[in-house]
Amino acid sequence: MSILEVRDMAIHIREARPVDGVSFDIAAGECFTLLGESGCGKSMTALGLMRLLPAAAQVASGSVSFEGTDLLALPESGMRDIRGGGIGMIFQEPATSLNPVLTVGRQIGEALELHAGLRGAAARARAAELLDLVGIPDPLRRLDEFPFQLSGGLRQRVMIACALAGSPRLLIADEPTTALDVTIQAQVLDLLDELRRKQDMALLLITHDLGVVARMADRIGVMYAGQLVEEAPRAQFFTQPAHPYSVRLFAALPDAERRGGRLATIPGSVPAAEVRHAGCRFADRCSEVMPECRNAPPPWREIAGGQRVRCVLPGAAPAVAAGVGAGDTAAHAETRPLLSVRDLQVHFPIRRGLLQRAVGAVRAVDGMSLQLLPGRTLALVGESGCGKTTAGKAMLQLIRPTAGSVQLDGVELTTRSTHELRPLRAKMQMVFQDPFASLNPRLRIGDIIAEGMQALGTGGMGDSGGVGSDRDTAAKVGPLLEQVGLRADMVSRYPHEFSGGQRQRIAIARALAVHPQLLICDEPTSALDVSVQAQILNLLSDLQRELKLAYLFITHNIAVVDYLAHEVAVMYLGRVVEYGSADEVLRSPRHPYTKALLAAVPRVDGAKSEVPKLAGDMPSPAKPPSGCHFHPRCPLADAACRLSYPGETRFGATQVVRCFKA
Amino acid sequence: MIQPVLLWSDALLFVLIAAIVALVFWARRQDALRAAWGRVLKDGMAMAAATVLAVFVLIGLLDSLHYRARLPAQPGAAARYAVEVLSALDALLSDLRQRSEKTYSAPLATHLFAREALENSTQREFPRLKHGGAHLGADLSNHEFDIAVRVSRGCAGGLLVWLLLVSAWCRWRGVAVVEMLKVGACRPAVSTHPGFRFAAGERNPQQTESGTAIRPVFLTLLPILLLFGIAIAVGGGYHVFGTDKVGQDVLYLSLKSIRTGLLIGTLTTLVMLPLAVLLGILAGYVGGWVDDLIQYLYTTLSSIPGVLLIAAAVLMMQVVIDTHPEWFATSAERADARLLALCLILGMTSWTGVARLLRGETLKLRELEFVQAAQAFGVGRFAIMRRHILPNLMHIVLIALVMDFSGLVLAEAVLSYVGVGVDPTTISFGTMINTARMELAREPMVWWSLAAAFSFMFALVLAANLFADAVRDAFDPRASA
Repeated sequence: MSILEVRDMAIHIREARPVDGVSFDIAAGECFTLLGESGCGKSMTALGLMRLLPAAAQVASGSVSFEGTDLLALPESGMRDIRGGGIGMIFQEPATSLNPVLTVGRQIGEALELHAGLRGAAARARAAELLDLVGIPDPLRRLDEFPFQLSGGLRQRVMIACALAGSPRLLIADEPTTALDVTIQAQVLDLLDELRRKQDMALLLITHDLGVVARMADRIGVMYAGQLVEEAPRAQFFTQPAHPYSVRLFAALPDAERRGGRLATIPGSVPAAEVRHAGCRFADRCSEVMPECRNAPPPWREIAGGQRVRCVLPGAAPAVAAGVGAGDTAAHAETRPLLSVRDLQVHFPIRRGLLQRAVGAVRAVDGMSLQLLPGRTLALVGESGCGKTTAGKAMLQLIRPTAGSVQLDGVELTTRSTHELRPLRAKMQMVFQDPFASLNPRLRIGDIIAEGMQALGTGGMGDSGGVGSDRDTAAKVGPLLEQVGLRADMVSRYPHEFSGGQRQRIAIARALAVHPQLLICDEPTSALDVSVQAQILNLLSDLQRELKLAYLFITHNIAVVDYLAHEVAVMYLGRVVEYGSADEVLRSPRHPYTKALLAAVPRVDGAKSEVPKLAGDMPSPAKPPSGCHFHPRCPLADAACRLSYPGETRFGATQVVRCFKA
Repeated sequence: MIQPVLLWSDALLFVLIAAIVALVFWARRQDALRAAWGRVLKDGMAMAAATVLAVFVLIGLLDSLHYRARLPAQPGAAARYAVEVLSALDALLSDLRQRSEKTYSAPLATHLFAREALENSTQREFPRLKHGGAHLGADLSNHEFDIAVRVSRGCAGGLLVWLLLVSAWCRWRGVAVVEMLKVGACRPAVSTHPGFRFAAGERNPQQTESGTAIRPVFLTLLPILLLFGIAIAVGGGYHVFGTDKVGQDVLYLSLKSIRTGLLIGTLTTLVMLPLAVLLGILAGYVGGWVDDLIQYLYTTLSSIPGVLLIAAAVLMMQVVIDTHPEWFATSAERADARLLALCLILGMTSWTGVARLLRGETLKLRELEFVQAAQAFGVGRFAIMRRHILPNLMHIVLIALVMDFSGLVLAEAVLSYVGVGVDPTTISFGTMINTARMELAREPMVWWSLAAAFSFMFALVLAANLFADAVRDAFDPRASA
């Protein structure tokens, strides 16, 4: 018995059709997942169900029936009872979906008053109950706190508690864990799963993460360019995806087996919503495309076991030959490190009072040491807030370290003045996380790429003239663009004309322009879709092979680490807790934190790990716990761990662990 | 025959115009700038606003060509020139300037507004005007008919000039006049605005090959020329906007006020903007003691009530001017010095708001990754501020500029009201509004000074706002997608 039936829903925004004929059912207690890349219309579908579309958008046709009621025909007042009461919704960004000036209790109370008619003490008691239900410790105290006093994971739990206040029969979760760390993501996913079973609540989960799908879904709908292209139960979807698009999504996932090889990518990008399609929407990016694909939209075709697909290809789509890598690339002959970091510390003073005296310090990076050989990739892994990015910027001297030494090719950087550093800047460059913030929107691509050459004098001289006036520099920009897979004639365009993946390529070209030996990549793929991520990772490994670049890869994505990294350093609260080759750290982790981190990653094969999941959040770096920083969350901790920070223990040739219990 | 006089404000205004012309020529050779300005040229609303602005600027420029007329030569003596400094506009409007009445008269009236004791009579009557309607003689029965005739004559004249202009343009471009008028008549000017064009889903056929939206220019010129025609035809026999307390023609006063308004708007912005941009960006980007110093400066400045600060400065400056009469050859030069000093003072006191806004925005921008990428290349501080910070602040600067332009034209009115504005001999919207204070308190009310000042200011400020809006849109690369 399905509680939600969506039939042929189409949403129009003027000329655009972000959702174009979507039909699906959700049964009570079932978890249905909408999977797809950004821009496929997943969120628009959810907003359409709730009738919360932006003013310009409207549901042009189709029907939405919730427990027999046609939602699209309801008056707005009736719809308000459904929202929150019948269907709850949680959003991606816990930081912005709670009102920052109201206490948690007020915000939950608001929903309780509307949907349960509770007020005063009764509402407060019920709110505490709800907080307890979503696993927030000490709920009565938390009720009087403001959102900024909570961590990201707790905020998302509060958001879930708000959504549960009206006891909805259907919960729509729009990328509920995308903004959270893997350990917190695991906690929130567990919570959602448990609530669904306990309350027999249906769940419509919107995500782009195949791991989350494998962990949560009963049934899966794959969305592409405003339409569902495949619908299947979980087991079948993961063993035998039928649509070429689904097959490619799997092939684009990085993992250890593909190391050194190339990831399968989907050429091109999702077509814009304004485009009208005569035939199959995927035809332009499909390698099995046939003439009939272009003529008429392919009909739904049933495959056994409730799996159906919108593709004319008989049988399941052939698996994409993802290049299986040759494992590790050639052994490193050189042993002199390119980058050598000793006891690096970055402390930010906390100033209080009238005279702004420093009363303490945020120890963002608190004594880390590592080495990176030329042409190798070192991955710096850890949860957000552990100091990865700060460490990367301190190595580049974008933030001046408080103490410690950073040597690039044997040259000490920390003691040099800004002016003395300039000639060294060409050797080390950075690729940033957000491709939308890392390119100046007012400069043309040619000027962006030429900037480094002009500043460092590696291209022609000349400062202000721009590309047109500096032929020498301009001549170098074109080949650089082609090197990163763009066309040379794109120099005079502005960044906004490019997609996220293309922008990241531009950012890479900008860094390459000055011929660096070291590239610090700060989460370069975390803002990108899976298929685009595969393109960028392929590009990075090609460049490494051609130019013998060394990468310091800052990330929280373990799969990417497994695919790309030679060495791995795991960071916790400003210190490296485990260091070793990728195989050592990822296959035989010694530190309990590394084990927990690896266990928290949702796996595409759906296998669950035996290691207990981490509870709680990372402590604040302003007040790190005494002794081993990890002991409050460590299942193995004892008295010794609380007293002193463990020293280095060496295992094998390269693996170094800082734990008494390793 | 005449002796040209170059006042300081004239010189600055011409330098400003020359700079703008030079910038235009320079921008024509820059691809990106040419493309952006090309978008402005294609925007119908912008072109219409630009046309109105151009008319105002033209009047302002005419009023900036100053001279002293030669007095009738006396045999044997060297040539002598009048003390009074006149402008080209005064020469054009000499009729309006010289035909002053005794006191108030309503627009298009034939009699004074107030009763007066007539000579040789005990009765109080409305005396006839010396100039308004004088050509009618004693027979006032066809007063209305005469006005109607003059209006239609003015309309016809305006239309004729417009048609001449259109056909001249069409001949030059080789476009049929009929086609242009046909399309122009059935589609309003706003339909070339990007939003409307998008809805219509087609390109405006009236755009020339260079893409300039020329039709809105002509459609705006039509009402302007009609109004000019009417003003000339009716103004020949009447006071179109009436007369003020001392009998001066209000239309003349309004036209003379345009130059003062433009000067205060542009010169003050010119003083204020570099200060605000420089200090705002420095405070935001450099931080540390520089930030503290600049913040201290503008907190102090803005904690003193603005009018008090300006009044104090203006009064001080007035004392300096009064104690040095030898600096100024004519009263016009003295008034001009006061106007310039007022611009300077307004500029020095009004940069704080914009600077604070820019500092906040800079604080946000400097944390963005593209700034850090530039730092990673070792790009110098000032190059980052110029290449990465400033261009991303231009939309705020442009909005602030226009807001301030209108604000400053209004501030001049407030200051003149308090008595610390422009020299009393300088004709400005402020002095007109200031006198209107008493006029509105009269019974019956004298409304025309205020109405005239209001409608001229409204047209000027609205046109400036619309034009700046379009410029901002055209220069925002994200909006042009």
